[in-house]
Amino acid sequence: METTGPIIEGSLNLIGYGLAVIGSGIGVGLIFASVIQGTARQPEARGAMMGTAWIGFAVVEALAILALAFSFVL
Amino acid sequence: MGGLTVPGVPMRFPVPMETGHGEEGGWHTPSLEDFEFVGGFGGPDWVNKPFIQAVLAAVIVIVLWLLASRRLKVVPGKLQFLNEYFYNFIRNGVALEVLGQHDFRRYVPYLVGLFSFIWVNNLMGLFPLLMFPTFSNIGYAWGLVILTYVIYNVAGVARHGMKYFKNSLLPAGVPWPLWFVIIPIEFLSNFVIRPLTLGLRLFGNLLAGHLVVLVFVTGGAYLLFQADGVINKVAGGASLVFSFAIFALELLVSSLQAYIFTVLTAQYVASSLAEDH
Repeated sequence: METTGPIIEGSLNLIGYGLAVIGSGIGVGLIFASVIQGTARQPEARGAMMGTAWIGFAVVEALAILALAFSFVL
Repeated sequence: MGGLTVPGVPMRFPVPMETGHGEEGGWHTPSLEDFEFVGGFGGPDWVNKPFIQAVLAAVIVIVLWLLASRRLKVVPGKLQFLNEYFYNFIRNGVALEVLGQHDFRRYVPYLVGLFSFIWVNNLMGLFPLLMFPTFSNIGYAWGLVILTYVIYNVAGVARHGMKYFKNSLLPAGVPWPLWFVIIPIEFLSNFVIRPLTLGLRLFGNLLAGHLVVLVFVTGGAYLLFQADGVINKVAGGASLVFSFAIFALELLVSSLQAYIFTVLTAQYVASSLAEDH
């Protein structure tokens, strides 16, 4: 059978990577939303909150980074 | 246009525009091949660009901190003020805050060195002429991870002896039927996932960042200089201009990753020093 129309090429892994990143995207959004809310309520606590937020951000983001690594490896 | 090379300096100019790669006969998409360097400095194959950069960064960090720590005055000058600002940023902002008053002092040198080394290496990804983040080759990230892994485990064993493993594998107050679940999970989390994510995070952020930069810069340059048509040229120009925004983002990510690696190292040391889990 002759194929007509555009042929989609590329790695299927990237679709999985995109799906996986949704989760950590939401997670990172929630973290910084909370920081903004907390800063609005108590501006002087911003420094302490940012310190914790970066750690939380790093932990959540690790999932996206794992997905990136697996999308290359698998 | 071909690969531009500076005579004597065997580096790949970050605009790979070899045409005629695929059937499209156009642009060579940036891929993992752009992260492979073989030799080029007259030595064996492993003396490549990332290796030279890592050595260069180590020399820069050592020399800068040696210069900074000479002839210290009680009333700091401008340069000493800057150095003390960076030093205090790690000492007070990371070490003191995470490790606590009692035992932060012992880990300050490692944390300051770690932060400076990673930061300098990451900034090399944005520095003209070098333009390659060392830690986007994963081996260099693993090197630092092994160092950190050894340090936080040894710190725990030195403090608690064999009780360290009980502390880190078994949270206090867990009923014994749950041990069969908790112990493997805690082992996985503390001894496998931690170093794995620590290394992959640094590597993945820089790899992804550099790939995005490559896409914008090489794609923009290709559209502007090689492709035909006004729309292509306009799009290429816009892409090149927008790459400055990407570079700004990369500056943020590079600095942030150096900071996060340092904070997490401090965090891991703190958690192995802690009395109970």
